Amino acid sequence: MSAPTVEAAVPLVTAAEEKVAAATQLQLTWWRFRKHKLALASGVVIILFYLGALLADFLAVTNPHTTEAARSYIPPQAIHWFDEDGSFKPHVYALKGRRDMRTFKLVYAPDPADKRYLTLFAEGYSYTLLGVFETNRHLLGLDRDKPEDALFLLGTDQLGRDLWSRLMLATRTSLTIGLIGVTLSLFLGVLLGGLSGLYGGVVDTVIQRVIEILRSIPTIPLWMGLAAALPNTWSVTEVYIAITVIISLIGWTELARVVRGRFLALREEDFVTAAELAGASRLRIIFRHMVPSFLSHIIAAISLALPAMIISETTLSFLGLGLRPPAISWGVLLQDAQNIQALGIAPWLLIVAVPVIIVILAFNFLGDGLRDAADPYG
Amino acid sequence: MVTYILQRLALAFLTVWAISVVSFVIIQLPPGDFVDTYITNLSASGSAVRAEEAQALRQQYGLDQPIWVQYWKWIVRVVRGDFGMSMEWGRPVIEVIGDRLWLTIVISIAAIIVTWGIALPIGIYSAVRQYSIADYIFTFVGFVGLAVPNFLLALIIMYFGFKLFDLNIGGLFSAEYQLAPWSWGKVWDLLKHLPLPAFILALAGTAQLIRIMRANLLDELRRPYVTTARARGLAEWRVITKYPVRAALNPFASTIGYLLPFVVSGSIVVSLVLSLPTVGPLLLRSLIAQDMFLAGTIVLLLGVLTVIGTFISDLILMWIDPRIRAGMHG
Repeated sequence: MSAPTVEAAVPLVTAAEEKVAAATQLQLTWWRFRKHKLALASGVVIILFYLGALLADFLAVTNPHTTEAARSYIPPQAIHWFDEDGSFKPHVYALKGRRDMRTFKLVYAPDPADKRYLTLFAEGYSYTLLGVFETNRHLLGLDRDKPEDALFLLGTDQLGRDLWSRLMLATRTSLTIGLIGVTLSLFLGVLLGGLSGLYGGVVDTVIQRVIEILRSIPTIPLWMGLAAALPNTWSVTEVYIAITVIISLIGWTELARVVRGRFLALREEDFVTAAELAGASRLRIIFRHMVPSFLSHIIAAISLALPAMIISETTLSFLGLGLRPPAISWGVLLQDAQNIQALGIAPWLLIVAVPVIIVILAFNFLGDGLRDAADPYG
Repeated sequence: MVTYILQRLALAFLTVWAISVVSFVIIQLPPGDFVDTYITNLSASGSAVRAEEAQALRQQYGLDQPIWVQYWKWIVRVVRGDFGMSMEWGRPVIEVIGDRLWLTIVISIAAIIVTWGIALPIGIYSAVRQYSIADYIFTFVGFVGLAVPNFLLALIIMYFGFKLFDLNIGGLFSAEYQLAPWSWGKVWDLLKHLPLPAFILALAGTAQLIRIMRANLLDELRRPYVTTARARGLAEWRVITKYPVRAALNPFASTIGYLLPFVVSGSIVVSLVLSLPTVGPLLLRSLIAQDMFLAGTIVLLLGVLTVIGTFISDLILMWIDPRIRAGMHG
């Protein structure tokens, strides 16, 4: 752009315009993204969820694997925030075991006369925080005097395990499986989409047909078939990796489509031709010139692919073909809520649906905002 | 036009072949071969199999030959309509599947019709009244539909149906028709049970379609011909429905190719929650019991039917979009 006469140009360009003209692409994208309030809020929600996943054990109250048949299906305990004298002392009523004379079963019911006060940074089961620090401190706990007292914020499941603590660990599993799956898909997508867009011709046709074929097969029966073949003897970690691979083997197509589309569009751009004429190597053109200009598109595509991954894992585990107990994931937890009988006795098992819906919704809003912001010149 | 049909047909065949390979792999995946499973099952029920009998069985199914020969033998039998025996049921696979396959198709088609029925009017409304409160509400509801996995939606609706109305939502037939042979009464009973599962399946797909419809229509509404029509004094609803909606419909029709696999997938899981007599519960059970011929056949048939459905939708698309007929794109 050649500037016209200086006198004419100066009053026309305001400070704000100048700021826009001088901004980097990243800044422009950020400014555009900032305007999309819902996407911004969703981004914050997702960051909080991942923080929670990072500190899952710290947020958990009791050991999520400890079973106690007698404490089966205890409803969520309500937190009472104030004491009788009006002072702020959060507490729950202690659970008192009572023998049901008809069934001879031990039944637990809250006893309003017996209060248990909540404390911060209470001692509980030992774990390794962030994989480094050995500790037994948890965010919340009871100021306990008896070992059998326990805090069940969201109630317990059939085996008497604390749903809140299990939910914390499930969030970690489900959110990370999405991340790892997307990383794998991204690798496949960028590689195959890039090849397709860069070389065109036969390579492009073959890859495009493969994508079309993969997209026209109903995925769930396919996943079910593949997941069911995982040997029963495999450890939790092995199954986790295998499930991630199975999900991402089919999930890469959308990412490949985005990458290919961008490559095709950019190939014709003047700055790529200029770089070529200047003698830049192919790799340099791709990574120095092309990738930065469509990075934002890839990030948007990723944030839309992640919720799909999470739903896939949840669905498979829900069917009993994905992660299996003792692994804890959203799908594994929802499996307990599968039939109407269980839901009739313990409706709180359905609470697990809430974080699932929030996270997936947030990812979708975030992806939508990112997609709009990915091309900030429009 | 002929080139286009041939192209789609070739792709359809390629897809069917890919699906058949995957189904065969699924059948082969569990450790041990099918005769091993057969022998284990028989000895569990008390009868022993002699070694030479096992050998004869292996030869009959070509299990002693390389894998591609086995695939070839299997696919030849499948093309002839022989899908093998179900281990668990002791009957031919095709008999075990029976009506379930058709019911899966009926539910999927119903779900697609409902998807269109919801997405079309809402898409038009959202575009015409862009940024109105209703536009925001529909967009939000659409997003929720997109975000809630449909098995979860089924669970939640089932729970509230049970809790609030004391209804046991589930199944596709009333008790008296469950085992009855087909009759008009049974068809009517099916139609009465169909809306709920169709709606649950449909909700997941509507969000995307609403957005596509809205975006397309917004583009069309900005075109000069719309202004011309208005300037000529055409009634507003005629202005909108006569040309812009039609033009915006084309990409709408093409999404059916992606919608169908999606809906078929969803029907498997939703059927499990709502205990619908489709192939869904059967597939899960056969996979858990390692009844591999049954499982493989279900995966194969679902895949093939989806491909046929997509191919038909391509033909419909060609019928409504003259540009594809003329070979301009597609």
